[in-house]
Amino acid sequence: MSAIDFWLGRHRDTAARLPGADLPWLVRLREDAIDRFADEGWPTTRRENWRHTSLAFMGQQALAAEASDKPEAVLARLRERYRTASRGQAGTHEGVASVVGAGSTANAAASAPQDLDHWLVFVDGKFAPALSAIGGLPGGARIGSLADALKQSPETVEAAFGSALDGEAPQALNAALVTDGAWIRLGRGIAIEHPIHLVFIGATVADQHLRNLVVAEAGAQATIVEHYPAGAAGSTLTTAVTRVLAAQDSHVTHLKLQQEAPEAIHLATIEAEQARGAVFASHSLSFGARLARNDIRTRLAGEGAEALLNGLYHADGRRHVDHHTRIDHARPQGTSREFYRGLLDGSARGVFTGRILVAQDAQRTDAMQRCDNLLLSRLAEADARPELEIYADDVKCAHGATIGQLDEDALFYLRSRGVDAVHARQLLTYAFAAEVLERIAHAPLRALGRAALLERLPEGARLEELL
Amino acid sequence: MMNAPTSAAATSPAPTSRGDAIGAFLEQDYAAGFVTTLETDTVPKGLSEDVIRMISARKGEPEWLLDWRLEAYRHWLTMRPPKWAAVEFPAIDFQDIVYYSAPKSKKDGPKSLDEVDPELLRTFEKLGVPLHERARLAGVAVDAVFDSVSVATTFKKELGAHGVIFCSFSEAVKEHPELVRQYLGTVVPPGDNFYAALNSAVFSDGSFVFIPKGVKCPMELSTYFRINARDTGQFERTLIIAEEGASVSYLEGCTAPMRDENQLHAAVVELIALADAKIKYSTVQNWYPGDKDGKGGIYNFVTKRGDCRGARSHISWTQVETGSAITWKYPSVILRGDSSVGDFHSVALTNNLQQADTGTKMIHMGRNTRSTILSKGISAGRGSNTFRGLVKVTPKAEGARNYTQCDSLLIGDRCAAHTFPTIEVRHPTAHVEHEATTSRIGEDQLFYAMQRGISAEDAVSMIVNGFCREVFKELPMEFAVEAQKLLGVSLEGSVG
Repeated sequence: MSAIDFWLGRHRDTAARLPGADLPWLVRLREDAIDRFADEGWPTTRRENWRHTSLAFMGQQALAAEASDKPEAVLARLRERYRTASRGQAGTHEGVASVVGAGSTANAAASAPQDLDHWLVFVDGKFAPALSAIGGLPGGARIGSLADALKQSPETVEAAFGSALDGEAPQALNAALVTDGAWIRLGRGIAIEHPIHLVFIGATVADQHLRNLVVAEAGAQATIVEHYPAGAAGSTLTTAVTRVLAAQDSHVTHLKLQQEAPEAIHLATIEAEQARGAVFASHSLSFGARLARNDIRTRLAGEGAEALLNGLYHADGRRHVDHHTRIDHARPQGTSREFYRGLLDGSARGVFTGRILVAQDAQRTDAMQRCDNLLLSRLAEADARPELEIYADDVKCAHGATIGQLDEDALFYLRSRGVDAVHARQLLTYAFAAEVLERIAHAPLRALGRAALLERLPEGARLEELL
Repeated sequence: MMNAPTSAAATSPAPTSRGDAIGAFLEQDYAAGFVTTLETDTVPKGLSEDVIRMISARKGEPEWLLDWRLEAYRHWLTMRPPKWAAVEFPAIDFQDIVYYSAPKSKKDGPKSLDEVDPELLRTFEKLGVPLHERARLAGVAVDAVFDSVSVATTFKKELGAHGVIFCSFSEAVKEHPELVRQYLGTVVPPGDNFYAALNSAVFSDGSFVFIPKGVKCPMELSTYFRINARDTGQFERTLIIAEEGASVSYLEGCTAPMRDENQLHAAVVELIALADAKIKYSTVQNWYPGDKDGKGGIYNFVTKRGDCRGARSHISWTQVETGSAITWKYPSVILRGDSSVGDFHSVALTNNLQQADTGTKMIHMGRNTRSTILSKGISAGRGSNTFRGLVKVTPKAEGARNYTQCDSLLIGDRCAAHTFPTIEVRHPTAHVEHEATTSRIGEDQLFYAMQRGISAEDAVSMIVNGFCREVFKELPMEFAVEAQKLLGVSLEGSVG
């Protein structure tokens, strides 16, 4: 059972064993967080931010992990797929859409063998050093587990940890129960050339609570990839919070690849705070889980910051995927670009909410947002809420949203060229989705995203041949 | 029609600089803010079943209507005022409102224009309602509603020849009870929302239009509302029915006198279009917006909804909202009939401390239904302007098509403009598009106009008119001219 009492009990029983149990600030924060969660409960559609996604069922939801492959096997498969997908991708950058924030460190990394990437692997919510492989790092860079960091430098973690009041109720639950996650700290001007992969594998536990903290000091650069591969089957719960503090002129690119098992429940938050001139790019690829909710927020807290929120979701069967994004322009001359695309099949439901907030002080803001959805079946549903909230006058803001199906003319064209109807449809569907992937500047990662997409599409293998 | 504000603009001192012009303009008085002293017949303040019985009795209503009101009232008691709109105002004391106020007139009511209280006619004169000779020239039939009771209805005979019924709501209850009973509350049920329930309980009067099968209404119909008495709320109810193949264009204009207190206006408008019928409903709303510090003004909380009941029916809403301290309304269309069409064209302007939260809902239920939403929000001073909309395509609405465009124009750095659309699609053949932009009047646009010898105010006015052009062209001609003037006046000099 996953009712509120269950979680209160969990907190009571495990608090003393959780990392940082000797740190008064964290103990208090966890208590405040669980109190808040008890207070708010699982969000229902009565809450404005959850109008199209209800977690009320969680009260009765039994969580259980069923037998799964060994974490080693899951990891090996992931790395193999990455290697295969990126073969021949090294050094190829043509066709990369030029968008704000698209990884600046990426180009150099692309030509390097994949094995130079950094891999942090977490199994059942705990860091697994034996599976991890952190390559050579420049001095001033620290990549490791949050639990270790809480032992070694609790005060720096405290500054980045966030509060019990952040975000929505699931984020509070995460704060109360978090067991581990990545701790990435980049000193001034440090650029990590190769992507940092964080792999979260649920093998035997029914629920995992992860928190990743990324602190990029002035001018630092890094590309961070979160992988949620399918681990244990069954109704499992993952709550994940990733916080990015991007200091002046830093560049942080974040890619999330969510491919959890078909019955999983995935509740995640990505939040960034950008100082003057900082560039943050988020790519969210959501392909798995029965219910996936991503709250993605960034705050352009310094002048001239740039943000890119880019995303692609695919859902079929009775699955539900929700992206709830917010770009907060707090200071002048910020630029933000947001592009989301959804593919909805079966009786799946896709939800997108994008709020752009421009504060009175944020003059000369340039914000653009688009969300396009493709309905592939009679019973699929798409909901879109693009929102602009503007308190400044010297701004350029636009948003657009579309929901529809494939263009009949384009289908006809392909068929007139001898492509049969089924494949014409698949090609166009793929092309629609692939546009989002084009914005991932790092070629091997882009290839990985492509492979993950093809895996989701029916007859993806044949499609790959056509391409 | 409402040309009074324009004359005020003409008398305002010639601005010496852009800054002065803004000041001068912003301090401009509300030109329609005079009070007419009339003997009125009012019920005591407050709301209770007794008050409702009293209203019903004064109006000589049949039993079923009283029951209908009481049911709505009992439902209302269980409801709470909605909080979701992006507007702020102190809680309303519903016991501090006079729910019924009628001008005392000759015993049997006016039979012709000559019998109408001359004081009252002068009021309309000041407002520029073409009630008398001007009505004939303008070709507009007016059902003037003065504090809840319809005082004069022109052109009734001419309309009658075509079988068109255009009368006050109370008259319709007496003369055509079967029609009222058949359609009342079928689009906006009595318990639809807090303010609609309140209206259903206490509505005092309004307009009733019935266009029989196949008739194209020979002239544009118009209602002119005016809140006059102090402390009164205006709760009118409009019901328009167009039978198969009928068509009608209906205009509504509103003003209210200047008062320090806030007054509540909670109206309900129901439109019903049967197969192949067309209803075009246009509003120019110029209720008193309050002074520059946000004191006083009308709370305009209105429920407007159209039901495209028959195949190929068409309902079109056009609104120009320049008045009211708070505007809160969402003229909607339920596209039930196959191939039915819904339109929403809106210009909403907020200046000083005005707040507007307006938009529309398009509910696609029939096959091949189409809707268009065109919203232009202009925010000046410390105004707050929100577009809130819903486009919903239900699982049976094959081939539904929607296009939405909402643009916001910002004038001044203390105003706010928000866009909150919701799109829910449950059919794969649906095609829904939404676009929104927010921008301000470009320095270079202004510069270009000014270097051609056009003053800053005229340039702004031109740019704003251009911005709203697509909506204005939907308005009937007289209204379009008035709306343009109204907007020009409301904005002159507010750029600096």
